[in-house]
Parts: sequence; structure tokens; C-alpha cells
Amino acid sequence: MLTEATAASDKIRCDACPVMCYIKPGAAGACDRYANHDGELVRVDPHIILERTVSHGGALVPFQAGGDWDGKIVHEPGMFVTAIGAGTTYPDYKPAPFIVSSEVDGVDMVTVVTEGIFSYCGVKVKIDTDRYLGPETATVRVDGEAVGHVTTSEYGSQMLSLGGVHHLTGGSKKEGRVTCDALMDLSNCKPVELAIDGGATVVVRAGHPPVVNGVAEERMRVGCGSATIGMFAKLWHDKVDDVVVVDDHITGVLSEHQAGKLLDIADTGIKMKGRRSTPGRYFQVAEPGTGWGGTKISDPLSVLGPFDPKVARPGMSLLMVSTTGEHAAYYELDAALRPIEKEMPADLRLSVERIQENCEPALCTVLFMAGAGGSLRAGVTDNPVRLTRSVKQALTRVTSGGAPVYVWPGGGITFMVDVTQLPAGAFGYVPTPALVAPIEFTLRLSDYAALGGHMGHVRTLASIRENAEIRQMPLAAPGQHP
Amino acid sequence: MTRTPQTRFLADGRRLHLHDGPIDLIVEANGNPAAIAAAYQAAISRFTGLLDELCEELPILRRAADPQACALQGKVARRMYAAVTPLAGDHFITPMAAVAGAVAEEILGAMVDAARLDRAYVNNGGDIALHLADGERFVVGLVARPDRPGLMGTTVIEATDPSRGVATSGRHGRSFSLGIADAVTVLARTAAQADAAATIIANAVDLPDHPAIVRRPAQELQPDSDLGVRLVTRHVGRLEEIEIISALEAGARQARRLLAAGLIEGAALRLNGKTQVVVLRKLDAGVSYPSSRRTIFESLTHA
Repeated sequence: MLTEATAASDKIRCDACPVMCYIKPGAAGACDRYANHDGELVRVDPHIILERTVSHGGALVPFQAGGDWDGKIVHEPGMFVTAIGAGTTYPDYKPAPFIVSSEVDGVDMVTVVTEGIFSYCGVKVKIDTDRYLGPETATVRVDGEAVGHVTTSEYGSQMLSLGGVHHLTGGSKKEGRVTCDALMDLSNCKPVELAIDGGATVVVRAGHPPVVNGVAEERMRVGCGSATIGMFAKLWHDKVDDVVVVDDHITGVLSEHQAGKLLDIADTGIKMKGRRSTPGRYFQVAEPGTGWGGTKISDPLSVLGPFDPKVARPGMSLLMVSTTGEHAAYYELDAALRPIEKEMPADLRLSVERIQENCEPALCTVLFMAGAGGSLRAGVTDNPVRLTRSVKQALTRVTSGGAPVYVWPGGGITFMVDVTQLPAGAFGYVPTPALVAPIEFTLRLSDYAALGGHMGHVRTLASIRENAEIRQMPLAAPGQHP
Repeated sequence: MTRTPQTRFLADGRRLHLHDGPIDLIVEANGNPAAIAAAYQAAISRFTGLLDELCEELPILRRAADPQACALQGKVARRMYAAVTPLAGDHFITPMAAVAGAVAEEILGAMVDAARLDRAYVNNGGDIALHLADGERFVVGLVARPDRPGLMGTTVIEATDPSRGVATSGRHGRSFSLGIADAVTVLARTAAQADAAATIIANAVDLPDHPAIVRRPAQELQPDSDLGVRLVTRHVGRLEEIEIISALEAGARQARRLLAAGLIEGAALRLNGKTQVVVLRKLDAGVSYPSSRRTIFESLTHA
């Protein structure tokens, strides 16, 4: 903040806005937001400061979680000033509301605290499920408005890409508003129902299991059907004649699979539907869906053709199981070589439980992704591009609400942050529409000066801590979002 | 470069909060969604740069209004001036007495110009500009003390009523008061008129030279106050009931004068738990009286 002590007077002049109030000691300006505290201009409305020691395990994260950055930060009581509630100043060339400096271990540190308004932002959502959520590139909707699309399937999960400038500002007003709301709710770890064109409806909440078509997902698959065969072949050896691990992507068949061959498991004359990839691995055994192993089937036998009478013999046993172990059934061939469901032997039940045990809890993960534009960077330094370079050279550490971020290589400062690592309610929005997210740049004071920092506005940590403008971050239990 | 105000929706998702410097506006529009969106966009557009406009003429706005000549250029500044000049003959008043109402009116005007709305209001810290389409109404709550939320009464403004402005002034607000009223709420045709009149009536609710009332020169508290060395009320000690009634009556006399001059539509005056109402139609009961009859209904209630 700019303060200007007038000559021979204890009043100060505030230039936070063009009213330029003269403020007497102990009094506030016309806005009731800025006050004169012993000759120092302070903000009266609350800002949030994190106190690591009191709130471990919850919404707060340590500022430097074992990073390799050597510039020491505020060690004392783990205090870290974050941008949440810092507000922003306009026009852009005005310094960010807080430029905090603290001297620790002889190293002067500054944390430039601001809230960024991001039109270029979105979330990347990872949904741990084997169930089919929809075709790649399908539109993802909230309240009927397009807010993003389905992107790649990854290991045990489906990725969605939501938001981005085209949905925020490129479509109708409603599309922008709905997108903005959805992004903010997802970023604030609130549940959002997403409807995928030609696919499922899924409730996504960061850090919680996805709810696909009304059913909460429990486990993430241990691997694809083929991998599951590879992992558990030994468990099945001598206990069952054949095993089929049903999977939307790659269904595995023990007797044909390389793992089965190595164990000298004999052919069973099993006949799979779908397209054979390599021995024991089948693609497209069934249409994708929310049934067995991410297919739409409820009867696993529907992926089998008739057994080869030249190889198969009555009494042969068959285990069919999904990639999560959630579905499983045991069959024996009758005289006509038809599989008849029988009670599963204990050994095999154990193998199914082993598959289940190896499946991790299914979660939704939400990464907020945004680019720090030139004007945000201008709040930090008078030469925005130098900040970018400083970040790239790892001289400046970027955090969001105190949480570590991944900064993309290449131009600009485009970062991603796990929203569950931020304090509750960290994200806001403006009706532009755009999201408001905290972002901090931390660097050595000397480096800050070198990159053209607003040196006149650097404040010591002590001066912020002593002022009434700081309040303790409320202790939020996980999942609580006031 | 244009300053950009801070804009956000309140937690209810309906009301828009616009903030710039000392101005905080709560805005709500009712109508179809497209109209609401257009109105909010218009509000944001008009609000952007408005404070800068005002501040350019701040020195003149802080001087007593000269009824003979208006040196002001800005639209809002001129509206402030127009609202206070009818009062300037008998009182010291600067255009700043109408700033909140004038800003509310300006933003509301931009919204109504941009979209067909059923209802809309712009609330600038208790100074409110209203829009009512035919058949619509607003229920306005009266709060005795801004620091102690709680309704002391309500009034209904119908589309057929002439009032489109509501303002409250008193010694607990952001602005200084020369009087001792806890709150004076005024209904007037425009928000700027209501704002200016509320200031004048609240100043009139007073007990000059009473020993229990602590007053200080305004500029001692706020160096750039438009009130200069005038004494503003800082504390009101114990008052006898007869003193309270007497102070309210002094304010009511002022209100009646403004009512008779057609400058206000009604006023409710509050001091130490007592309320005096000077209106063309009854407050609290929600019963409308024909405003063509300039009969003044009054009541003094004891809370």
C-alpha cells in the first residue's frame, strides 16, 4: 500500500482508491477498509493467515513440503501469508495488496500475495472408475450447458477437461456462468453433477469417490484384464481350469495368456467374443457400460462363444471376474459343454478378494489449471516477463493458497494445483465470468529487486502479523467448506 | 487505464455486490434471466470508473452547494447538487449529503435502460434506488441502528406510489451527523433526494447544548470531512423520556416542512427506542393512503 506521511502531521494519506482520504491515527478512511494504525496504513477487513502448527491434517498444507528450494522461508511458527482474501488492486500496475518480506536465517524473503483473476482457467478431473462414462471428446454438461469434454482414458480412470476460456467467455452468457459456477464448486471441493453426452451422469467431488449413475464407485481397478491375469495367474494355477478377467479395454484369458503358458496351463477350448489382440488379450468383448469391468453386460457369459468340443470337456471349471473383483462368478461345464454357475470354491473366492484388496479406493481428483496473465504478473513486478523467467529458473517459487503447484514448461506461468491442498473456500469468482484463485510468488529479496519488484511496498512479516488485519485461519475439518 | 471495481455475487447467488473504494452496492434485479444478466452487466459497466468521475470533482462536491450556480460537470455530481440545492437555503449542506443516493440512482438507471425488469434495487449502504414495473411492490425493512441488525418496522412501496428512493441517516452510519438520531429513514421520489433529506432531518433531531451529548469538530476526526469544524455527535448519554420526545419532535418539524414542500414522501425518526413517523401513508401497517391527499399521518410509538 502506498502511504504518504504528510509533513508535520500524524495523518496519512491513503491512495487505495481515488478518494485519497487523509486518515488520522486510530481512524479509518471513508471506506472503513483502510485505517491509520500508529502512522501505518492497514487494512481492517480480515485477511487469512495460515498457522501450520495448529492445523496439521486438514485443509492446510505446509508451505515447503520438503522441496529442494534452498531459499529458506518463514520458519518461525510455520506462518505463511496466503493470498486468500488479499483482494486485488486495480489498475494492474499497482502493487499487489501484500508484498510481504520476512528475514529468516539472514535471508530476506518476500512473498508477493495476490489473488489472480483467471479467465484462462479450468480443471482437469480424474475419475477413478472402470465404468464407461462416455466417448472421448463427448461434451460434458452441467444444467444442460456445455462446460467441457471427455478426454483420454488413463489407468483405471477417466479424464475430463472442464472449463477453459471457450466455455467461460466464448459461448452464451449462461454457458459462461454455469461453467464458472461448476469450476468454482469443483475447485472448492464441492460436489458437481456432470452429464456426459451419450454416456453417464457422474457426481464429482474432489477427494471423494465418484458417483456414476447414482452408484458410488468403491474401488479403482488393479489393472486391465490382461494385467490382472498376469498378476494373479499363480493364485489360479491348479485351482481352476480357466479364468476370464472381463474388462472394457483388454479382457484377459488365463489359458491363452502368456502368464498361463508359462505356468503350463492347458487350453480349455474357450471362445471369446471381441477382437483378439495378442494371445489371451481381447479388445471390445462388449459394449462399454456400467456393468462388469466397465462393459454394459450383466451376464458375463455373454462375452463367451460356445466352447470348442475338440478341446473342452465336461466338468472343466471357469472363473469369471471383473478388474476390480467387484463382480465374480464360478462355472463348470455340463455334459453339453455349457457353463453352469456353481458356488465358488474358497480358494477362488480368496483370489477374488485379493483382486479387491489390491484395488485402491476410487477417488475424484481435481486439478485447477490456470495461466497467470501479464496484468497479474505486473502486480508483482514492473517487468512482467522477468517474473516468468524467474519462475522458470526456479528462483521464484509459485504456490496457490500455500499449496505446491506444477508450473508448465513453455511460455507464460501456467500452473496446476490439487484443489484439495488449498484451504477451504479458497476460490471465488467475478461475473466476467472468471475464477479468482490465490497465487503467491516467493523469492529472495535480492532476486525480487533484480527482477524489478515493487521494493517500496515490501512489508515485513512482523508488520503484517502484528496488525489486526490478520486473523487465524479457521480450523476446517476435511470436507467442511464454510 | 480504467480502474475496475470488484464485483461478485453474494452467497445467495442472486444479489450482486459491487465494491470500489468507499462504495459498496448491493444490487438485485427481478425479471427474466436474460434481462437480469443484461441489467447486471449494465450495472458493472456504469459502475466502472464512476468513483474516478466523482473524485475528479471532489473538492467542489465537498463545498456548500451554491444554489445560484452549479460548477459541476459529472452526471452523478450534478444529480447530487440538484438533490441538495432545495435544502441549501436554510441549511449548510454539500452535495456529498446525496452521494450515496445519487450513485444508487445512477446505477439503477443504467440497469433499467439496459433491460426490461419487473423490479430492481440498488442499495448503497442503506440508501436505496428502486425500480417497480406496474403492479409490483417492494417491502422495505427499517433498521434502527446499522450496528444492531433488527427490523423496527416495514413499509410497502407500491408501483403506484411516487417513492423510488429510500435513505437512512443517523449517527451510527459511516457519515457524521450533527444530530443525535439513531436513524432517520426517508422515502422520496429519488434516492438522492431521500439521502439529502435524511441527512437534514437527522441533523434536526437534536438537543442543543445538552450535557450528555459529546460532540467533536468533524475535521478533527476526518481531516477532509466536508463538515469542517462543525461539531458532530460522538456519544449520546442518558436522556430523559421528555428529552427524547422533544428531540424527535424537532426532527419531525423538519420532516413536515420537507413533506409540505414535496421534497419527501415520508420519514421515520428513531431515537433511544422511540419512533416518530411522519408520512403520507402509514408505515408498519402496510395500509396505503392516497398520496394525492397531502394529509400527514403521524404516530409516536414506544418500543
